[in-house]
Amino acid sequence: MNAFVEVEDVSLRYKAQTGNESTLAVEHLNLQVNQGDFIAVVGPSGCGKSTLMKLATGLHFPTSGAVRLDGKQVDGPVSIAGMAFQNPVMLPWRLTRDNVLLPMEVVNPHRQKIRRSRATYRQQADELLASVGLDGAGGQYPWQLSGGMQQRASLCRALIHDPQLLMLDEPFAALDAFTREELWCVIRDLHLQKQFTTILVTHDLREAVFLADTVYVMSARPGRIIVSRTVPIPRPRPIEVTYEKEFSDLTQELRGHIAEARS
Amino acid sequence: MNHTKSNGIQVDWVKLSPWLCTIGLFLFWEIVVRLFGIPYYILPAPSHIAYAIYEFWDALWWNSIQTLWTTLAGFGLAIVFGLLLGLFIGWDKRIYAGLYPLMIGFNSIPKIAVVPILVLWFGAGWLPAVLTAFLISFFPIVVNVATGLATIEPEMEDVLRALGAKKLDIMTKVGIPRSLPYFFGALKVAITLAFIGSVLSETIAANSGIGHMMLTAQANFEVPLVFACLIALAVEGIGMYALMAGLEQRMTGWAHRSGFNR
Repeated sequence: MNAFVEVEDVSLRYKAQTGNESTLAVEHLNLQVNQGDFIAVVGPSGCGKSTLMKLATGLHFPTSGAVRLDGKQVDGPVSIAGMAFQNPVMLPWRLTRDNVLLPMEVVNPHRQKIRRSRATYRQQADELLASVGLDGAGGQYPWQLSGGMQQRASLCRALIHDPQLLMLDEPFAALDAFTREELWCVIRDLHLQKQFTTILVTHDLREAVFLADTVYVMSARPGRIIVSRTVPIPRPRPIEVTYEKEFSDLTQELRGHIAEARS
Repeated sequence: MNHTKSNGIQVDWVKLSPWLCTIGLFLFWEIVVRLFGIPYYILPAPSHIAYAIYEFWDALWWNSIQTLWTTLAGFGLAIVFGLLLGLFIGWDKRIYAGLYPLMIGFNSIPKIAVVPILVLWFGAGWLPAVLTAFLISFFPIVVNVATGLATIEPEMEDVLRALGAKKLDIMTKVGIPRSLPYFFGALKVAITLAFIGSVLSETIAANSGIGHMMLTAQANFEVPLVFACLIALAVEGIGMYALMAGLEQRMTGWAHRSGFNR
């Protein structure tokens, strides 16, 4: 069976903003993610993790190699993906609910339907918001919400069009420790319920081990995968797992790989 | 029971302050002029100016209206063209990079140097005044609208582009609403500049308007009337500024409450 996301021997060279120099962001990158899997990519900063996100969603194209999504070569924007970032980037003039609905106004076939049946869509957005613990927040402006709540809303925006692939780029990095753990559980439950394929890019090893089936460690720039480690802890995992020996051993082991990658 | 003094009258010093300061300035001015016996043809006292306003009320009123409409006509043109050019420049990084230096260069030209050319082309009268008001006030509108468009958060653009959004989608859903606070902010600056432009042109080549009136009054050594004209301009300027500020508050209140672009 073919993997859902296939990154095959990909290299990407960025042209520098000034001068003729160019930097190699990733080199000979190989990655396979099966449908419904949750993988995490960790690595030293500047290792091309975010480049991986852009490659998989068709925002950048590889200089060599191939990226395939659901068996098809990625040659343009892929509307089956949803994205969330460290910065929730909500539009302050829209209600939270209408922020969540933003992808629906762009993506086919919803973009035609949403004009006629706005009320149905609104309800759908409110239900999704309620499922991440934001009951009644749809009618508020994003700047009336706390950082953690905005990030939840941003997750809803990434998921509103039922994407098959969810791309998370350090989505919880700016939150406090308690809120972060709450959101880990939110993501865990959403993934369990909807079974979308997820690629999580993060700096946080505990986050990676808690959420993912497989953790990939990337090398320093130019980035490639140097270690792939399956997490044997059965899912769904309760948050208490993070205090068990098996969990901390695994994070320790990964920390060692990162230290190697940095040197 | 609250602990304020129970005499029932609450003074809102913040609201009262601008009025007190304005009255205070005129009082100070009056006292200085009287104390040092400054002759009216150097610096007339406010009471003297008030009398001149009363005396020349009809002419002052008529010329103020004249200046107001030339200013507003120029300002209106500036809004239309500023908005269009701003959208055009902010649309694409390459256009932005290419036209920005040109805009700066154009804006660096003192507009007073352009008025004789306008007079040469269109003759003396209201048209050069309208065009000067337009030329001087459209620059901040263009720059602000273009900046609002050019500074869309890259993550937001990624989210939409990854979904297959076209440039037009991104502009109408994010760029244009996002640049509105910049646009309305620019209007406040532009309206005061528009007054400068129209009066400037009127003092050079016109047969009506406050600028023209000032020039005539000066030639006749009617110094209190010159000052009366200045007061009329200040009143018009404050009125229009307040209108633009109110409009900004009304249209883009979200930007103030959300700490947008702070």
